[in-house]
Amino acid sequence: MSEFFAMDGHGVYIWSSYAVFLLILVGDALAPRLRLRRVQRELAQRLRRQAGKGQSSTQPS
Amino acid sequence: MNPLLLWFYQTGSPANFERFAKRWSSWFIWPACALMAWGIYAALVEVPADYQQGNSYRILFIHVPSAWMSLFIYVAMAVNAFIALVWRIKLSELLAMSCAPIGAAFTAITLLTGAFWGKPTWGTWWSWDARMTSELVLLFLYLGVMGLYAAIEDRRAAARAACFLALIGLVNLPIVHYSVVWWNTLHQGATIRLIGKSSIDPAMVPPLIAMTIGTKLWFVGSLLTRTRAALIEQESGKDWVRRLLLPITSRGDTR
Repeated sequence: MSEFFAMDGHGVYIWSSYAVFLLILVGDALAPRLRLRRVQRELAQRLRRQAGKGQSSTQPS
Repeated sequence: MNPLLLWFYQTGSPANFERFAKRWSSWFIWPACALMAWGIYAALVEVPADYQQGNSYRILFIHVPSAWMSLFIYVAMAVNAFIALVWRIKLSELLAMSCAPIGAAFTAITLLTGAFWGKPTWGTWWSWDARMTSELVLLFLYLGVMGLYAAIEDRRAAARAACFLALIGLVNLPIVHYSVVWWNTLHQGATIRLIGKSSIDPAMVPPLIAMTIGTKLWFVGSLLTRTRAALIEQESGKDWVRRLLLPITSRGDTR
C-alpha cells in the first residue's frame, strides 16, 4: 500500500498534481454558487429597504 | 423570421435561459464527475508504468486533457465573443465572459501539473520553452479578459471591450498548438493523434478518453452554472429575477 503511494519516488509529484486538479475544479464548481448566494442576499436587502421606505411614506409621522 | 434565429432568440431570452441552464447543468456535471473518477482511478491504479518515465507520466492523464481544454475553451470564448460583438446578443456576452474563469482554471492546472511533471522528468519546474511560455501567455489572456471585464463599470461596454480582447488573443492559439513543431525545445512533441497512429500504449487510451470527455462535460456544466449566476446578477433589478428569488430571499431573511 505505501509502495503504491510512493510511486517509485514520484509520489509527491503525482499526488500534488491530482490534488491541484481536484482543488481547482472544486473551486470552479463553488464560485458560481457563492456568487448566486451573494446576489440573493443583496436582492433581499434591497427589497427590505424598499419595503421600509414604502411604509414610512404611507404613514406620515 | 428564420426559424434558427427565432429559436436562438427564444432560448436566449434571460428567463428561458435561466430555466434551461438550471435544468441541464447537472446533466453535464455528474456524468463528468463519474467519467473523471473512473479515469483517475484507471490512471493511478490500472495503467502500467511508462517504460522510460516510470510512474511520473501518470500526470499525463490530467495534464493533457487540461491542456486541450485550455485551448478548446478559448475557442468557445472567442466564438461567443464574435457573436456578441456582431449581433450584440447579451447572452453571448455573458457566455463568453463565463468561459474565461473556467479556461483560466484549466490553464492553471496545465501549468502547475506541467511543473510537477517537469521536475522529475527534466529536472526543472519551469523553463522558458516555447510551449510553456505560450501557455503562460494564454493564462494571462484569460486573466486579462476577466480583469478588463471587471474594470469597466458599464456591464455591456465592459463585455464588448473584453470580447474584443478575447478575439485579438486568438493569434496565440496556433502558437501554443504548433510550438512543439516550430521550435525544438524541452517540451516533448505530440504523442496522441486523432488521425494516424498514436505513440502511446493502447492500455493508456481509455482513461485518457474518459478524462477528455469528462473535462468537456465539466466545462459545459460549469459554463451553464456560471452564465446562469452572471445573468441573475446582471438582471437582479428585473421582475423575473425577483419572482425567481423571492421564495429563497424570504427564507434568507432570518439571517
